[in-house]
Amino acid sequence: MLPVPTTGDGGGLGAAPAPAATPVLELRGISKSFGAVQALTEVDFEVYAGEVVALVGDNGAGKSTLIKCISGAHLPDSGTILVDGAEARIHVPSDATRLGIETVYQDLALCDNLDVVANMFLGREHTPVPLLGPIAELAMEKRSLEVLDALHVTTIPSVRQRVVSLSGGQRQSVAISRAVMWEAKIVILDEPTAALGVAQTEQVLALIRRLREQGLGVIVISHNLHEVFEVADRIVVLRLGRRVATFQHDGTSPEDVVAAITGARLQVAR
Amino acid sequence: MSTVAPHAGRSPLSGLRVVGGTWTRLRQGELGQLPALLGLVAIWSYFQLRQPTYLSARNVSNLVLQIGVTGTLAVGIVLVLLLSEIDLSVGSVSILCSAVLAQVVVNQGWSWYWGIALMLAVGAAIGAFQGFWLAAVRVPSFVVTLAGLLGWQGVQQWVLGTTGTINVNEPHIGAIATTTLPAAWGWALAAGGSAAYAAVRIQDQVRRRRAGLPAKPLVVVALRTALVAAISLLVVAVLNGDLNGVWVFGRAIYINRGVPTPGVILLGLVIVFAWLTSRTQLGRYVYAIGGSPEAARRAGINVTGIRIAVFSLCALLAAVAGLIQTSRLGAASQAIEPGQVTLEAIAAAVIGGTSLFGGRGSVWSALLGAVVIGSVANGLDLDGQQPYVKLIVEGAILLLFVTIDAFARRGRRASGT
Repeated sequence: MLPVPTTGDGGGLGAAPAPAATPVLELRGISKSFGAVQALTEVDFEVYAGEVVALVGDNGAGKSTLIKCISGAHLPDSGTILVDGAEARIHVPSDATRLGIETVYQDLALCDNLDVVANMFLGREHTPVPLLGPIAELAMEKRSLEVLDALHVTTIPSVRQRVVSLSGGQRQSVAISRAVMWEAKIVILDEPTAALGVAQTEQVLALIRRLREQGLGVIVISHNLHEVFEVADRIVVLRLGRRVATFQHDGTSPEDVVAAITGARLQVAR
Repeated sequence: MSTVAPHAGRSPLSGLRVVGGTWTRLRQGELGQLPALLGLVAIWSYFQLRQPTYLSARNVSNLVLQIGVTGTLAVGIVLVLLLSEIDLSVGSVSILCSAVLAQVVVNQGWSWYWGIALMLAVGAAIGAFQGFWLAAVRVPSFVVTLAGLLGWQGVQQWVLGTTGTINVNEPHIGAIATTTLPAAWGWALAAGGSAAYAAVRIQDQVRRRRAGLPAKPLVVVALRTALVAAISLLVVAVLNGDLNGVWVFGRAIYINRGVPTPGVILLGLVIVFAWLTSRTQLGRYVYAIGGSPEAARRAGINVTGIRIAVFSLCALLAAVAGLIQTSRLGAASQAIEPGQVTLEAIAAAVIGGTSLFGGRGSVWSALLGAVVIGSVANGLDLDGQQPYVKLIVEGAILLLFVTIDAFARRGRRASGT
């Protein structure tokens, strides 16, 4: 199948056929510059519920900037963000969280010295009085077990284990489970398998598929095309701050995607 | 980590598994308070063999008095170390607060309670000020509090005025460090405390079991509780003079019977802050920031606010230490060397098992470390050693324990991921 090129100049031309009527998250004409550097130019982007979208592109293509605009770490210069079809204001990270958008960063997400339960509830502990009230550890522990069970995360021997003693795959599983336990609608995964071995990568990919089964919209940033093809329903390619191509999983070859990333194929498509 | 056991731990943990878990944690560098406990046994054995009166009622009572100031300061230091910060100013803050108390109560005629209220407020305000500089302005805490170590000592000398010493004869203030609990109260404290400890521990496990979560077998809990009860009852028995002339406890001619008040104050502070750090959201955030400030920030924790609050608490505890010091000496004086006081408190926290690298440790390590340092100093004094020996030995012990901490950290690194 041929790639479906998009112009990237607004209007969402060539958006892929929708699995559902309204995207759970939609970006329209997002632009962002840092001084003289135009990081994003009129980017449209959409994720549907129960869909895994891979966001790919070379270094400096604008993937991280786009993600940060969604998660509230950056404020776009122009453009609109819609959640469930309604316009949303995302100015700070807590705005995104409140809208059901959770981001799992590649690193620095967990406190090594705390156990799994403490990490999963960090910042949202059950307590009758903020700060000085006792933490309801039992309720939190039960809920953590439920969440991990629901996601079939079976590799963690004890939720009272400190995170420092977990493997990279287990840590990533904890981070992802934590993200989705707060009624998340959209989960953004930034290079979820970058530091993992083969078996652990499989664990995490299986977890991503289960997020899709549970009806979440999942955005995965990845450099690993093999992995992208394993989990993604759609592949969106950014190049030099513009959305240059969108591929359906079926019938697309990795070569097409590589060509779009490097710009070689783009010339042909135009 | 490849054994796939889907929450197999939901069945009650066997005693063997608890022991095995402890062994695993030790191997992974989670040494906790074990080195200090072993060190304490060695120190006590050594001095008891050299001086038969070392464990006598009188000397143990002295020891408890001596660790009041260091231990109280060390509680604050533990909080700061858990954040992965340092506070070098506690000694100076404590003597400044002491001078403020003496100045207003002795020279300005304030009542003792308003004087104490003012000194505590001054301590908390200084902590908040320093906390602001390091948390909001982002000057490293080492530098901010080093400036404090110098600066607040200067302010203390200014407050004390030309004489350099203000004698405090106010009876209420004097009573804090010089009274002891009546014997019966001591027993009640030990028995009640042990019972409360047992109740909390057992309730924890019963609730876990009822919730269908893995729980420790009651035998393990019972053994721990029995150990705590035995130690507290033994300490009270010694301090009450009931074991005078019995076995290793020596025969003291003069005994100040009962548990010294500073010891009770220190124990109370340790319990309160141990609860605060291990069971509340504030405590959880302190550990989280010490473990990874970035993860804490991303979790929506007000990192700046928590840092300021903790430095404020640390300086408040320094003010309490200043109160105990004033009461013991009966004066506020320039003669106290704040640098040494500070470093002993930091040494106590680290020796007791709180990591210098942040996020690991417990408030109990303040008490344990203060007992270790106090036991060494006290033993060397009893042995008739020169002050220089004391400094060298304290230095060597600190180096030893920091080395253990560094090796343990390497162990954690090696076992992680």
